[in-house]
Amino acid sequence: MLVEIQNLRIQFRTATGVSEAVRNVSLTLGQEKLGIVGESGSGKSLTARSILRLLPSNAISTADSLTFDGIDVLRADERTLRRIRGKRAGLILQDPKFSLNPVMTAGAQIAEAWHVHRGGSRKAAEQAAIELLAQVQIRDPQRVARAYPHELSGGMGQRVMIAMMLAPDPELLIADEPTSALDATVQAEILRLIEDLVSRRGMGLILISHDLPLVSHFCDRVMVMYAGRVVEELAAAALTRARHPYTRGLLECLPALSHRQTRLPVMQRDPSWLEV
Amino acid sequence: MNARLQMLAGSFASIPLTLFGLILVTFLIGRVMPIDPVIAIAGDHAPPDVIAAIRTQLGLDRPLLVQFWIYLVNLVHGDLGRSVMTSHPVTEDVARYFPATLELATTAIIIAILIGVPLGVFAAARQGSRFDHVVRVVSLAGQSIPIFVLGLLCLLIFYVKLGIAPGTGQLDVAYEGMVPRVTGMLVIDSVIVGDWDSFWDALAHLAQPALVLAYFSMAYITRMTRAFMIESLSGEYIITARAKGLSAARILWRHAFGNIAVRLVTVLALAYAGLLEGAVITETVFSWPGLGLYLTVSLLNADMNAVLGATLVVGLVYLVLNLLSDVLYRLLDPRVA
Repeated sequence: MLVEIQNLRIQFRTATGVSEAVRNVSLTLGQEKLGIVGESGSGKSLTARSILRLLPSNAISTADSLTFDGIDVLRADERTLRRIRGKRAGLILQDPKFSLNPVMTAGAQIAEAWHVHRGGSRKAAEQAAIELLAQVQIRDPQRVARAYPHELSGGMGQRVMIAMMLAPDPELLIADEPTSALDATVQAEILRLIEDLVSRRGMGLILISHDLPLVSHFCDRVMVMYAGRVVEELAAAALTRARHPYTRGLLECLPALSHRQTRLPVMQRDPSWLEV
Repeated sequence: MNARLQMLAGSFASIPLTLFGLILVTFLIGRVMPIDPVIAIAGDHAPPDVIAAIRTQLGLDRPLLVQFWIYLVNLVHGDLGRSVMTSHPVTEDVARYFPATLELATTAIIIAILIGVPLGVFAAARQGSRFDHVVRVVSLAGQSIPIFVLGLLCLLIFYVKLGIAPGTGQLDVAYEGMVPRVTGMLVIDSVIVGDWDSFWDALAHLAQPALVLAYFSMAYITRMTRAFMIESLSGEYIITARAKGLSAARILWRHAFGNIAVRLVTVLALAYAGLLEGAVITETVFSWPGLGLYLTVSLLNADMNAVLGATLVVGLVYLVLNLLSDVLYRLLDPRVA
């Protein structure tokens, strides 16, 4: 197994007491595509980022076990972590406008990711960056490599981000709402690109989103999170057979193009969901 | 690149207007000040006809606009008038005193940058740690302790009590006049002629005022660097950099610091300008023969030409450094232009 998490808990100590963001989450992942769905604050991002131990500095995480390819992430030192981060597992963030370094060219940022894990000359890294840009289907990679992030569109920026994270040839890709900041037409392109690259390279994928149908379309398996817990986990194809009222509620809230609906149902939240 | 050149041209185009404003304001301040330059020259008990004659000679009986025109014309010819106190042309005086200020301020800003920037960066990297608290207290103290208190304390402790530092002035009397004047900065001049005794003495005299000024400036630079870095370190691109598996040092310097470098240039340039113009108090405390001391003494003697001239030079320095930081900003930040 690539990733194994047993009873992960993430807490934040605040002035008013301890707030629990993730409660007893367990998951396993092989070379497959897992979707994690949930609303803002449900703990989906924290769960995924804890695999790379990239949590905010005030977060306290504990788990019975949290391993990446057998390496104990919670107890690993910085050196060990750096051999996982980027090299074996990449992370794609939501908005390239903020997640790319504004004062470095796209090419330099990709070359840096290549160079730090693969070594070699600067020239080779620059060349590799251009090839990677071509792989994420950018038509004019030479020009884009020289461009600064603010000169790129959102979709283009996200392609640069993907190229950067794929540079060291990782085994796992974590995509944290990779298309939420993009236009609807670009969203599909980027997701197809991610799916294509992941399938071709035989990588594992964790796709985080709040868009349930979208995730089920691109993933093998879907995990639904609510208030820091996993409320339901099911094969993407079996989405219609979801049993948990929260998942059902999410599905019912979708407007359909095929038939008229006067009013979308409003989800009635049950306090008992918090005590699974 | 063309757009960039155009923006630079825009920066330069604003100079004449600012410069004119500066000249106008200094001129008006000189004229509205409740000091009669005529009495300063002729003395309190001069007969009325002498006072009237001097007034006419100085052109003070003419309309203000005409006076300003004459002032401008003289200025264009590089004539700032003659100082009553030194009886030299003001331009000569400024050229004589400014190098000492330049020497002091430059030494101070170099020390302040070399210590202040790393201190701010590391304090931000370890925000909330004991190191951070110490840095914050030290820099807060540097900004709150009046510089004359610090200067006098230094003199009292290191010169009077401990006797390990030389006293005031730029050079010991024994070395006075030994080094021929080249740049006017004694530390450099003594190196040029290879007079090492003078060099060490000049350096020892420079140390105290420079360190006092540097502390004041460092406090400001540290605080700004720390604030910029904390903001930069919370950016999403830092998470990206960490997710790439980069080393902590590379994340800190290449990614976090790389993003504040441009803004920091502006802060440093203004801090330097502040030192060049604001060394007045330090120069007075340490009897440093710089522009600040010249300005203070001239003001106390109602030597209006000297005051106006020195003020104009100080303003000009500020203008040039401001312009320089503006140009650097436009050249260094890819997001501009």
